[in-house]
Amino acid sequence: MKFSVTVTLKKDVLDPQGKVVQNTLINMGMKNLKNIRQGKHFEIEVDENELSSAEKKVDEMCKKLLVNLIIEDYKINKI
Amino acid sequence: MRSSVIVFPGSNCDRDIGVALEKMQFKNQMVWHKETRLPKSDLIVIPGGFSYGDYLRSGAIAGKSLIIDEVIKAANSGCLILGVCNGFQILTETGLLKGTLLRNKNLKFINKDVQIKVLNNETKFTNKYKEEQILKINIAHNEGNFFTDPLHLEKLKNENLIAFKYCDEKGNINENSNPNGSLENIAGIFNDKKNILGMMPHPERMIDEIISNKDGVNLFSSLLS
Repeated sequence: MKFSVTVTLKKDVLDPQGKVVQNTLINMGMKNLKNIRQGKHFEIEVDENELSSAEKKVDEMCKKLLVNLIIEDYKINKI
Repeated sequence: MRSSVIVFPGSNCDRDIGVALEKMQFKNQMVWHKETRLPKSDLIVIPGGFSYGDYLRSGAIAGKSLIIDEVIKAANSGCLILGVCNGFQILTETGLLKGTLLRNKNLKFINKDVQIKVLNNETKFTNKYKEEQILKINIAHNEGNFFTDPLHLEKLKNENLIAFKYCDEKGNINENSNPNGSLENIAGIFNDKKNILGMMPHPERMIDEIISNKDGVNLFSSLLS
């Protein structure tokens, strides 16, 4: 079973990289750009048949290593 | 006093701090991260560098290595732990210290000598310094921007758990004297029991007049006293 995990900085945490990317795009003429937040993307394959237990495993991976819960949020999607 | 320096792939200040410890008469051993046993130690040092190439997040992979379980056990039984630079980042990833180190606000790797002020000189790490003493110490990092939640910040202030703050030559603590965007200019913190210190500046680089100054010496002599 395959999952995608998207990790982003929490709303209140400053994202200087996102800001630089945003400013560059605006300078390139992308006038309607409102906001950019940069994040990370993981594709994870687990050897499980049941959706709920597979999701649980991926969630554990996020909490234990992939995500720093102090500053980051994450979303898990089945792909 | 016996010390152990933990070495990870990508550590690059391990030898510097080993030399500093030996110069200060510690009986020091280097310990590879794959070891599952720690030599008897009064002090464990997590050195600076770029463990695992800063993959995922600075310190995240090193924070899960085999030896870290032993470091956590030793810390919980009162052993002194010092994390410098990447060592500070690793300590936050293990949970031994709360908070985290974000990318520097200006997105640049900063390598320069800065001033820091000693905020608490009543600890095993800082007792040879004077209160509010200003030290000139080198920083060299890309992720040194200390961040934590408001509750932890309150606790740090109320319980005197802030070790050092960035300041200018006159001791002013403000935005201009904050090199990396750290919350309230914080450069180093203790855990609740004050047996763990994490700091971004490098005291091991300031132990010899020939190459820098001796402002880092008293950190090591504090530990010996």
